[in-house]
Amino acid sequence: MNPVPVLHAARLQLSEISKSFPGVRANEDVSLVVAPGEIHALLGENGAGKSTLVKIIYGLQAPDAGEIRFDGQLVTISSPKTARALGIGMVFQQFSLFDALSVIENIAVGLDGAMDRKALAGRVDAILRAYSLPLDLDRAVHTLSVGERQRIEIVRCLLVRPKLLIMDEPTSVLTPQEVERLFAMLRQLAAEGCSILYISHKLGEIKALCSAATILRAGKVVAACDPRVESTRRMAELMIGAELNAVERRDEGRPAGGAVRLAVRGLSLPPVGPFSVPLRDIGFEVRAGEIVGIAGVAGNGQSELLLALSGEVAAPGPEMITLDGRPIGRARAGARRRRGLCAVPEERNGHAAIPDLSLTDNAMLTARHRLALTLAGFLRFATARGYAGRVIARFGVKATGPGALARSLSGGNLQKYIMGREIMQAPGVLVVAQPTWGVDAGAAAAIHRALLDLAASGSAIVVISQDLDELLAVSDRLAVLNEGRLSRAIPTATATAHALGLLMGGVHGEPVPSHAHGTPARVPEPAHAVA
Amino acid sequence: MPLLRLERRREPSRAMQYATPLLAVALTVMAGTVVFGLMGYDGLGAVRQIFVAPLADPQRWPELLVKASPLVLIAIGLSIGFRANVWNIGGEGQYLAGAVAGTAVALATWTREGAWILPVMGLAGILGGMAWAAIPAFLRTRFGVSEILTSLMLTYVAVQGLFFLVRGPWRDPDGFNFPQTRMFNAAQTLPAVSEGSLVHLGIPIAVLVACLAWIVLERTIAGYEVKVVGLAPAAARHGGFSERRTIWLTLLAGGGLAGLAGILEAAGPFGQLTPQFPAGYGYTAIVVAFLGRLHPVGILLAGLVLAVTYVGGELAQTAIGLPQAATGMFQAMLLFFLLATDVLIRFRIVPVRVARARAAA
Repeated sequence: MNPVPVLHAARLQLSEISKSFPGVRANEDVSLVVAPGEIHALLGENGAGKSTLVKIIYGLQAPDAGEIRFDGQLVTISSPKTARALGIGMVFQQFSLFDALSVIENIAVGLDGAMDRKALAGRVDAILRAYSLPLDLDRAVHTLSVGERQRIEIVRCLLVRPKLLIMDEPTSVLTPQEVERLFAMLRQLAAEGCSILYISHKLGEIKALCSAATILRAGKVVAACDPRVESTRRMAELMIGAELNAVERRDEGRPAGGAVRLAVRGLSLPPVGPFSVPLRDIGFEVRAGEIVGIAGVAGNGQSELLLALSGEVAAPGPEMITLDGRPIGRARAGARRRRGLCAVPEERNGHAAIPDLSLTDNAMLTARHRLALTLAGFLRFATARGYAGRVIARFGVKATGPGALARSLSGGNLQKYIMGREIMQAPGVLVVAQPTWGVDAGAAAAIHRALLDLAASGSAIVVISQDLDELLAVSDRLAVLNEGRLSRAIPTATATAHALGLLMGGVHGEPVPSHAHGTPARVPEPAHAVA
Repeated sequence: MPLLRLERRREPSRAMQYATPLLAVALTVMAGTVVFGLMGYDGLGAVRQIFVAPLADPQRWPELLVKASPLVLIAIGLSIGFRANVWNIGGEGQYLAGAVAGTAVALATWTREGAWILPVMGLAGILGGMAWAAIPAFLRTRFGVSEILTSLMLTYVAVQGLFFLVRGPWRDPDGFNFPQTRMFNAAQTLPAVSEGSLVHLGIPIAVLVACLAWIVLERTIAGYEVKVVGLAPAAARHGGFSERRTIWLTLLAGGGLAGLAGILEAAGPFGQLTPQFPAGYGYTAIVVAFLGRLHPVGILLAGLVLAVTYVGGELAQTAIGLPQAATGMFQAMLLFFLLATDVLIRFRIVPVRVARARAAA
């Protein structure tokens, strides 16, 4: 290993940090340097290793290898307490607050040492004033907005006068006004010399806030850049990875131009909850024998789109979704299945399957419409057991048998069972989210093979996935879902990292110059950058 | 420093699922002995009167069955909702609404005879209970109002409505101004199973309903729906079940069975409506449903256990002067201990020393 030069001026220096979990290399030889007073972005897709890395810095995980230097000193951070003593603060995505206690009580509870309540209130008040953060110390936490709760966590960190503040996707739950206020505060903190490590995959924010960026992909550092001068498109490309073209493509043997089986037109849905993303004017078609991939980072409307397609959430109008030419927008999940549209949601436990019931009972859940598992309102257990057994056998599910509880299966095995349960119903249209999430490589290949075979038999398939390699491997056309909007679909053959970056960058609202980076004319422009 | 610690089991213990109802009964007996002892009664005697005396005397057994049948009917209805996380707490109100609706038929036909009258009264009772349960169902599905509050509050409305009827429009004109309705005639009264017995037709009906409920819950798509909605609402939607439909179905089933229990009680032991008619069966049935593990067969047994406390409570009043509230106290303790011991299904108790040693290993 090459000796790493020690940068004495650096606030934080990571040298070749590695961390593995069973089956995953979360971080591999990650090195990065954060200067004092710098707002440094840690950028990457979900699962790129950002969270693991900051957990190591904050003492929640121990690295397998590598060195951490803080203000030039070699340190071992064994616990969050050690990290706080060094001057490292962290604001998590999930807050740890007691709803029933007041703001000041929550702050007092979070302190490492005891402190006089009055003195504490004085110091908190001074901090709030210094950074112009409005917060009523005597309010109970359950009456506060998410943004105000985040301020409590920030104040907790500021109380120890941090030299490095880690923020894990802080804006995912904030309103635009709250984001502005947060950014103003972070800039002020940085101007006073506090370094900030800012985790996000929102490129626009990083461009607005950060002066340096380290981009992670699959646990490795793929680039370091200055986001103020780098284009969001280029950063998106780096995040997705430049080796996209190297992925082996599927054979193009299937006939194109089959009949349109699934068509979505002008589908808009208001948000259903506080953290849900509204769908805006979604439109696409899937033909018989075709697999359409929908890419994009989680939280951009993927789960909402799946619910709208599966029938768990009804579309505003029946014509917005048509199946083999018939409008089904208002039909429920069961009616859609009977007509040939099956779906697999991303969450296995409690959504695609019921953990406390047997695999036979779980077969009953979604296969009863198409496979006559009921007769005159009665359940046909023997038939369901037989079907569950066939799914287990064909997809190599490791389970004691159809009677095994779903919760007794490992995540990957349950996923194989769920995928098999839908594929073996031979649906005319199959919509799947994250088909190989948590499944080992061999099983993932088998699931991909089964999807391709299903398409070859004339079904139309929609794969919603964050795994671009997967989408490139199985899909004929690709579209990107971002902030509830779907780009137009481009043929997978033309889906270079560059073209996808263009789709994502356009969606992020950056104007797309027609001559950018010598883009070939055949690469289509993103639909809504134009609209 | 605590000596014992709760440790999560890898999977819920099946043995404990059966054992904790028995454990709850045992703890209730023990706590009852201590509490009534401290209050200056003969603690052991009180417990003996309440839990043992009704069982020891075969002459009391028909009485037990009479008390158990409304409890079982209401509890089965409630348990269907509880399985789907629909918390109908208003069994008492639906029971009264059923009794009132059935009595309306009885009063309208009091000069007539015929085998058709009782079935019509029964049907009216079921519909009356359903109508009362339909209000929380509508408010929940339309406006998202918690059925716990509405079903409970509607019970008080039902009680006051019954008081109004027996004191006003339905007061027996030949009843010396007592606040009660006419006595039902022979065609309106539930026949006994055998001549001169206390055991009326309502008891076999309760057993039959329990068997039917078992079949429906275990073997039909409706029972599956109820189970899935309760275990995993998102999966239920994914499977094509409508939560709204389930709420309506379970509340109507619960209301209908409570209403049936109401009219069976009015046409059976009471033979009329009086201000003493609301006896709290609808509340006690909640205890029965949980003690019976929301399972029809379990509920049959649990209904008998709670019937023992009713009969025993009355015995204890006359034998050792225990207050009437003692019955309610025992029933409440039973639910309390059951809910408390249920923690053992998912957790086990481990001495701290052992837990430490295991953690170190």
